[in-house]
Amino acid sequence: MLDYVWLVPLFPIIGAIINGIFGTKLSKKTVGVVACGVIGLSFLVSVLVFFSLLRLPPESRSFEKIIYTWITAGDLKTTVGFLVDPLSMIMMLTVSGVSFLIHIYSVGYMHDDEGYKRYFTYLNLFVFSMLVLVCANNFLMMFVGWEGVGLCSYLLIGFWYQRKEPADAGKKAFVVNRIGDYGFLLAMMLIFVTFGTLNFKEVFNVAHHNFQVGSLTITAITLLLFVGATGKSAQIPLYTWLPDAMEGPTPVSALIHAATMVTAGVYMVVRCNVLFTLAPISLTVVAIIGVVTAVFTASIALAANDIKRVLAYSTISQLGYMFLACGVGAFSAGIFHLMTHAFFKALLFLGAGSVMHAMAGELDMRKMGALKSHMPKTYWTFLIATLAIAGIFPFAGFFSKDEILWNAFQKNTVLWALGAGAALMTAFYMFRAVFMTFHGESRVDEDVAKHLHESPSIMTSPLVVLAVLSAIGGFVGIPIIKGANVFHDFLAPVTGEHLAGSAKVTLTNLAYASSTAASSGEAVHHPVGLEVLMMVISGEI
Amino acid sequence: MNQLDFPILTLITFLPALGVIFIMLMNKEETSTIRWTAFMTTFINFLFSLPLFFYFNAGSAEMQFVEKASWIKEYGISYFVGIDGISLLLILLATFFAPICVVACWKDIKDKVKEFMICLLLLETGMIGVFVSLDLFLFYVFWEVMLIPMYLLIGVWGAPARRIYAAIKFFLFTMFGSLLMLVAILVLYFLNHSVTGEYTFNLLKLYELSIPLNIQTWLFLAFFLAFAIKVPMFPFHTWLPDAHTEAPTVGSVLLAAVLLKMGTYGFLRFSMPLFPVASHDFIPLVSILAIIGIIYGALVSMVQKDLKRLVAFSSVSHLGFVMLGLFALNIQGVQGGLIQMINHGLSTGALFLIVGMIYERRHTRMIADFGGLSKVMPVFATFFMIVTLSSIGLPGLNGFVGEFLILIGTFKSNVVYAVFAATGVIFAAVYMLWMFQRVMFGEVTRKENRNLNDLSLREIGVLVPILIFIFWIGLYPKTFLGKTEASVQHFLNEFNKKYEASIQKKDNVHAVIKSEELIVKK
Repeated sequence: MLDYVWLVPLFPIIGAIINGIFGTKLSKKTVGVVACGVIGLSFLVSVLVFFSLLRLPPESRSFEKIIYTWITAGDLKTTVGFLVDPLSMIMMLTVSGVSFLIHIYSVGYMHDDEGYKRYFTYLNLFVFSMLVLVCANNFLMMFVGWEGVGLCSYLLIGFWYQRKEPADAGKKAFVVNRIGDYGFLLAMMLIFVTFGTLNFKEVFNVAHHNFQVGSLTITAITLLLFVGATGKSAQIPLYTWLPDAMEGPTPVSALIHAATMVTAGVYMVVRCNVLFTLAPISLTVVAIIGVVTAVFTASIALAANDIKRVLAYSTISQLGYMFLACGVGAFSAGIFHLMTHAFFKALLFLGAGSVMHAMAGELDMRKMGALKSHMPKTYWTFLIATLAIAGIFPFAGFFSKDEILWNAFQKNTVLWALGAGAALMTAFYMFRAVFMTFHGESRVDEDVAKHLHESPSIMTSPLVVLAVLSAIGGFVGIPIIKGANVFHDFLAPVTGEHLAGSAKVTLTNLAYASSTAASSGEAVHHPVGLEVLMMVISGEI
Repeated sequence: MNQLDFPILTLITFLPALGVIFIMLMNKEETSTIRWTAFMTTFINFLFSLPLFFYFNAGSAEMQFVEKASWIKEYGISYFVGIDGISLLLILLATFFAPICVVACWKDIKDKVKEFMICLLLLETGMIGVFVSLDLFLFYVFWEVMLIPMYLLIGVWGAPARRIYAAIKFFLFTMFGSLLMLVAILVLYFLNHSVTGEYTFNLLKLYELSIPLNIQTWLFLAFFLAFAIKVPMFPFHTWLPDAHTEAPTVGSVLLAAVLLKMGTYGFLRFSMPLFPVASHDFIPLVSILAIIGIIYGALVSMVQKDLKRLVAFSSVSHLGFVMLGLFALNIQGVQGGLIQMINHGLSTGALFLIVGMIYERRHTRMIADFGGLSKVMPVFATFFMIVTLSSIGLPGLNGFVGEFLILIGTFKSNVVYAVFAATGVIFAAVYMLWMFQRVMFGEVTRKENRNLNDLSLREIGVLVPILIFIFWIGLYPKTFLGKTEASVQHFLNEFNKKYEASIQKKDNVHAVIKSEELIVKK
C-alpha cells in the first residue's frame, strides 16, 4: 500500500478539477458529495498506508516514492516524490481526517452561499496542497505545497471578495506569507549550494555526518527556514495576517487558520530537526520567539470581544507553544500538541461557526450570552474543546501541553515560567469566551433572539466526532509512565529522541518530581490548580 | 544538407512573407478573406515549425537544420541559417504566438485590416529570421526588417493620443542601438580579415577569432547598448512603457512575447561567445543593472494607474531576472534564463491579451475604471487569475521553474546578488495581486461594468493554448529543458575555454614583458 501514497494528494486535486471545471453544470448536492468524497477517499488511503507502515519494524519505517524528475539543470535534480515516515504519516492522517470533518460541516454551513461550488473547489485544492506539503520528499516539493496552501488561504480568506475587508485580508495574508517564503527560498538555495541536493534524506544524512554542532552554514540555513516558518505559522513578527484572516468563512478558519496550514511551519522545523539540532543558536531563537509569541498573543486574546479573534489569537499562542517545544528539542511534543490542537481548535472554530449560524453572523461576544439552552450540542462540544485547550486532565490538551512545559522546565525555568503563564491566560480567556457566549444573561438582539436554533445535524455531527477526539486524543501520549507514550515512540525514528533515552529522561523527571515534591510537584499541579481558580473567578464575572 | 533534407528554416522564415504577397493581391474590402489568409498562413507556419521540435537532436550542441548558400560572394556574405537549443524554443514561441495574435485582433482591428495583416506577417518573418541567422549581415538585415512593421503597428494602429510619440521613441531608441551594433559588426569583419585574411560574416568562424582585450571591451559595449535597449535593461527601458501602452493589443503581445527576447538572445548568441573576456569583466555591471531592473520595475509597477503600463514595468522586472540568470554563467542560471524567456513570453503575452479583452469591452485601461469584474465575468476571472499566478511565479506554473533556476544559478555565483534579486519575488506578489484585486474584486461600482459579456469562444480559444503551456512547463519542464541543456552546456564550456585561453595569453604577455624588463635591467 505504501506504493500508493501518491493517491492521498491525488484524490483532492481530482475533486478540485471536477468541481472547478464542471461545477456550474453540477447540482449542489453532487458538488458536495464529490468534494467530501475525495477527501474521504484520501483519508481512507492514509489509514491504509498507516497500517502498512506499522507492519514495518520501527527503524525501517521510511519509504520514498519517486513519481518523476521535475526541474533539472546540470547537477540540480529535483523530483516529484513522496516520503512516508511516522512524521508525514501523522500529518497525513491529521490533515485528511480533520479536513474530511470540516468538509462535511461546510456542506451545511455554506449551503445557502452562492459561491458554494467555488468554495469547495478551493477547499479541495487546499487539501491537495497541504498533503503535498506534508508528503514531499524534498524541499522543493515542500515549497510547492507551501506556496499552494498560501494561495488557497488567499483565495479563501478573500472568498467574499465583494466586500473590501476580506479582499484586503487575503492580499495581506499572501504578501506576509511571501516575506516568509523569501527566507525559505534563500534557505533552499543555501542548502543546494552546501549539500548539492534538496532531497530530505540526503541532506539530513550528510548534515548528520559531516557537520559539527554550531556550524555557521547550518545555523544560517535553519534561521532562514525559521523565517519561512514564522510567516506560515504566524509567529512574531509575521503574525499580523492571521487575525485578519478571520474574514474568511468560519470552516476555513477552522481548517486552514487553525488546524492545518498554520502548523506547516512547526512541521517544517520538526522535519528539519537534524539541522536544527546542529544549530543551538537557531533552537534558542525558535524557543524564544515561540514563548514570547505564546505569551504576547494570549494577552491580546484576554481582551478581544470578537469570538473568532479570541480563537485566532489563541491559535497563534498555541503555535508559539509548539515552537517552544521544538526550541527546547522536544520535537515529538511539538507534533503531539500540533495534533491535539488540530482537534480542539477545529472544534472551537466550528462551534463558533455554529453560534454565528444561529446568530445571523454576529461575532461580538458582548451581544451573546445564555446560548447554552438554545444550542446544547454546540455548548457541550465547545466546553469539551475549552477544557482540552485549557489543559485540564484528562482532555487531550493536558497531555500535550504538559509535555511541552516539562521539556521547557528541564531546559530553562524562565521559558517554563512564561509558558505556564501563557497557559493560565489560555484558561482564562477561553472560559471567558465560554461564559460570555453560553452563560449569564442573554444580551442577544431581539430580532436575532427569535431565530436562535441549534445547527442541523450535518454540522453538529463533525462537532461530536471532534469532541470525542479532543477528549481522548491525548491518551496516545501519556507521559512519565514508561512505554505509555506511544506517540513519542512512534515518532522517535524521525525526531531522533530515542526510545531508551526518552525513557531515561522521563524517569529522571519522575525522580526529580518526587524528590522535590514541594517545588516541582507544584510545578505540575500549579497551573491546573490556578486554572481551576481562574474558572471560578471567570464564573463569577 | 540537414536531418530533414528539406530547407525547413527557409520555409518557416519566408512563408509569412509569401502570405504578404497573397494579401497584397486582395481587395482591401474583403477583410474576412484577408483575416482568414493571415490566420491560415500563420497557423500552417506553426505546424511547419513543429518538426523542428520533434526532429531536433537534443543530444547535440551543433547547429542543426543548417542551410548555407553564398549570397554576395565578394564581401563574404552568405545566406547561412541554422538553429541550436538556444534558438529552438524562441522560434517556436514566435510561430506559436503569430496565429494567436491574428485571432486575437479579429474584432479589434477594423481599420486598414489589409495593411495591418501585412505588417503582422512581415514582423513574423523578421522575428524568425533574427533567430535563425548565423551570418551577421543576414542577422542585421532581419533585425532592421522587423523594426519597420513594429513601428507602423504602434504608429498607425496605436491609441490615437500618443501613438506617434511612442512610435518615434521606439524607433529612435532601437535605431540608435542598432547603428552602434552595425559599426561593431563591421569592426569585427575587418578585424577578422586582418587576422585570417578572409572576409566573412559567418558567425561560427568569427567565434574562433581571438580579439584583443581593449577592442573586445569596445565591441562588447556597442553590442551591449543595442541589446540592452531591446531587452530592455534599466536604464534603457524608458521606451518600453510608452510603446506597450500605445501599441494595439497584438502589437504589445508580440513586443513582449518575442521582440524583447531578441535582446537577451543577442547576449547569448553574440556578445558572450564573441567577447568572453569583456563579458566576464562586465558581469558586475550587468548584474547590478539587472537587479536594479528587478526591484525598480516592481516598485514602479505598484504605482501604475494604467493596466498596460503596469504590465510593461513588470516586464522590466522579469527581464531583469533573465539577464541575471544569463550572466550567472553557470548551467542553472543560463538554463533558467532561457526558459524564463519563454515563460515571460507566455505569461506577459497572455496578460496583454487579457488587458486587450477588457479594453475591447470598456475602451479604457485605467485600473480605477474597473472593480468587481469577477462577479460579471467569472470565466474571464479564472483565466486572469491563473495568468497572474504564473507571472508571480507560483510553483506548479511556468514562472516558478525559471525563477527558481535563475536564483539557484545566481546564488551559486554570487550570494549577494541572489539575496537582492529574490526580493523581486515578494514585490511581484504585491503589485500583481493588488492590481488583480482592484480590477476583479469588490463591488461593481460603475454601471458600465454591470453588463459586460464574459469571454467568447474565440477569446477562450486564444487563451487556452497559452494556458496549456503555462501548466506544461510548470509541471513537466523536462520536455523543454531537455532540448536546451546540451547547447547551453556547450555554450558554457566554450565560454570558459575561450575566457581562460585569453587570460593565459594575457599572463603570457605580462611574463614576456617582465622577462624583457629583467633583460633590460641586467
